[in-house]
Amino acid sequence: MASVTTNPPITAATPTPPAPGPRRFSQQTIAPWLFLLPAFLFFATYVLVPIVQSFYISLYEWNGLYSPEYRAVEGSGLTDQACAELGNRAGREEGCELTGDTVWNAEYVGMENYANLYSDPFFWTSLKNNVIWLLLYFLAIPGGLFIALFLNQKVFGMRLYKSLFFFPFVLSQVVVGLVFSWFMLPGADEGLLNVILGWFGMGPVNILGNNTTATYGIIAAGLWPQTAYCMILYLTGLNAVDPEQIEAARLDGAKGPKMLWYVVLPQLWPATFIAIVVTVIGALRSFDLITIMTNGGPGFYNTSVLAFYMYDVALSEFGFRMGYGSAIAVILFLIMMVYIAGFLWKMWRDEKA
Amino acid sequence: MRSIFKTSAAALAAATMLSGAAYADGHGVSGPLRIFSDMSNPAPRAVMEGMVERFTEANPGVEVELVITDREAWKTQIRNVLQSGTADIVNWYAGNRMAPYVEAGLFMDISDLWEEGGLTETLASTQGSMTMDDGIWGVPYTYYQWGVYYREDIFAELGLEAPTTWEEELSNCQAIVDSGRSCYTIGTQFLWTAGGWFDYLNMRTNGYDFHMELTAGEVPWTDDRVRATFENWQTLIDMGAFIDDHQSYSWQEALPFMVNGEATAYLMGNFAVAPLREAGLSDDQLGFYQFPQIDASIEPGEDAPTDTFHIAANAENVEAAEAFLLFVASAENQTLINNGDNLGQLPVNSEAGVDDDEFLNAGFDMLSNNAGGGIAQFFDRDAPAEMAQVAMQGFQQFMVDPSTLDQVLQILEGARQRIY
Repeated sequence: MASVTTNPPITAATPTPPAPGPRRFSQQTIAPWLFLLPAFLFFATYVLVPIVQSFYISLYEWNGLYSPEYRAVEGSGLTDQACAELGNRAGREEGCELTGDTVWNAEYVGMENYANLYSDPFFWTSLKNNVIWLLLYFLAIPGGLFIALFLNQKVFGMRLYKSLFFFPFVLSQVVVGLVFSWFMLPGADEGLLNVILGWFGMGPVNILGNNTTATYGIIAAGLWPQTAYCMILYLTGLNAVDPEQIEAARLDGAKGPKMLWYVVLPQLWPATFIAIVVTVIGALRSFDLITIMTNGGPGFYNTSVLAFYMYDVALSEFGFRMGYGSAIAVILFLIMMVYIAGFLWKMWRDEKA
Repeated sequence: MRSIFKTSAAALAAATMLSGAAYADGHGVSGPLRIFSDMSNPAPRAVMEGMVERFTEANPGVEVELVITDREAWKTQIRNVLQSGTADIVNWYAGNRMAPYVEAGLFMDISDLWEEGGLTETLASTQGSMTMDDGIWGVPYTYYQWGVYYREDIFAELGLEAPTTWEEELSNCQAIVDSGRSCYTIGTQFLWTAGGWFDYLNMRTNGYDFHMELTAGEVPWTDDRVRATFENWQTLIDMGAFIDDHQSYSWQEALPFMVNGEATAYLMGNFAVAPLREAGLSDDQLGFYQFPQIDASIEPGEDAPTDTFHIAANAENVEAAEAFLLFVASAENQTLINNGDNLGQLPVNSEAGVDDDEFLNAGFDMLSNNAGGGIAQFFDRDAPAEMAQVAMQGFQQFMVDPSTLDQVLQILEGARQRIY
């Protein structure tokens, strides 16, 4: 086990509070809100409103297209209503002209999209894969911790090693996916993996082309940058470990795993907490790797997760089911909500304490 | 003339200058014309830019704004472009792929242009695939044949002839497999290549009309005739006709198998010829044959996907857009853009000339004289988008594991009942 070294914690100078006064008081109440306002606006526009829209659209059947709106030309003897009913023939009708606006032609279907989801085998495949992702992605946390402990030494060139270990996180997910899919290429002399297996006399495998192993192949690719992310979180966490406690523990005879478990890890709890948060988010939004490495296949959505399935049915080349896609988005949101609620509750409890 | 009623000032100005008969005559059209194209590969891009250049030379009053988008990205971006009203003209495909935009009224019905511009005669062969809801929604500029591209030299080495019947096909394939090669290369990662195989096997087993009924949702996927198609497919799969691990390759990644001689043939569109030639195969090594017949009593149907131009329903400069479409459809232009130096494909205009190229001649001859069953677009253009998506996943699943056929057909039938 690598030894744990620490730096003295940085103590911030406490600012002197400004002299109280009626004017200052009102400034102090308004200022935070002013600073928060832009964030609130953006949050509402790009997060809150779309969430409400998703709920709303999920009750409709809609192909994602708005139609141009037509109205009757004055004196043509037609009515606006008649032009609207002509649909795509209105453009041919001399009595109708474009208004420049668009019409939302969606059909209200109530909870039908959700009922269809329940009996959709691909939805359940995607959900099952989401669970597999979530469980296996947690391997990034002990993996990151181990590498962080290993790298937390004072050796010449350690900064370089640290950057090399952190490197995969800097890469785009698309690049990670491409590299891993080349690594796992089928054929005995194509992918590096099969070449290495060949040295040990093992036959070529096609991990990404096999219904049962493909998802694990993609998760392996995802763990590479995720482990690096957790590692960097732990490296910063290790800087904040109190050296006096380490010293005291050492005097009491603690070392190795016991030192790690009883002394270091409790102090790393904030880093662990953040690592859990980013890992869960990373697992649930796994989308780019799947698109790049298997495109959801092989066969019927065998490596799909909810985010991919939602994209595929609503927004992809052949996807025109906006309502259905929104229903999937809502389910994904509710799943995340369970976890976000837990997170908020913990924050609230911590702040109260 | 319908265009007079468009709100755009530019269109109004142009329209007042034109009489109803001035369609074919481009002179007098003017103003900005916004074209969104998906011809992003090097050769098509040059063709598109060349067309714009020649069009503006003939119509100096028109200022064309050309936006060329990546061909794959365009498949989803077209929705935004059509709805935002930023385009007068867009590229797309014939057949059922038009359906969402035709139904939403986003394409302009140009039946009048077809009538008055004489397109109903010169483009008659594709009128059916451009027609939907009693309207004609665009003009085609090119199409290309599908068929089997094979290694003539390897066939000669093994003493084989290009097959014309299913028996010859199977005995050829057995000989190829026995020589340690695969009969066919294919990359199904992006699914559509498997759609090509299904098209041909189904059109040869059950005929073009049945294939059209199936893609139109009128026949259940669990029908015995569909099963017969899959049985023929399974015969090939079981004898090892296809390369291994095809589910992990794109169509381009499957090319080297043919170039290296590990596989002897490729069922593909004519666009595969260019990369095969670039990879070093000479015309002595590369041959073409029509997909062999399976049932002698069935007239062969062929896949020949057509690429098209459309006017957006909310186009601002309709006059110029119509003039551009007539220019694109003209025999002179289609001869030029489809020749071997440009697209290397087939012109749609019946008065246009086909460039003297071994494969273009073979394809033109096949489609003109030996496609009595009918000409299909392609599986993902004949079937509705959702059906195409799930069915092609099913084809890939079946090719990887033929024992799952029953399950695949159940899923496809479930999808059919929901979609149509």
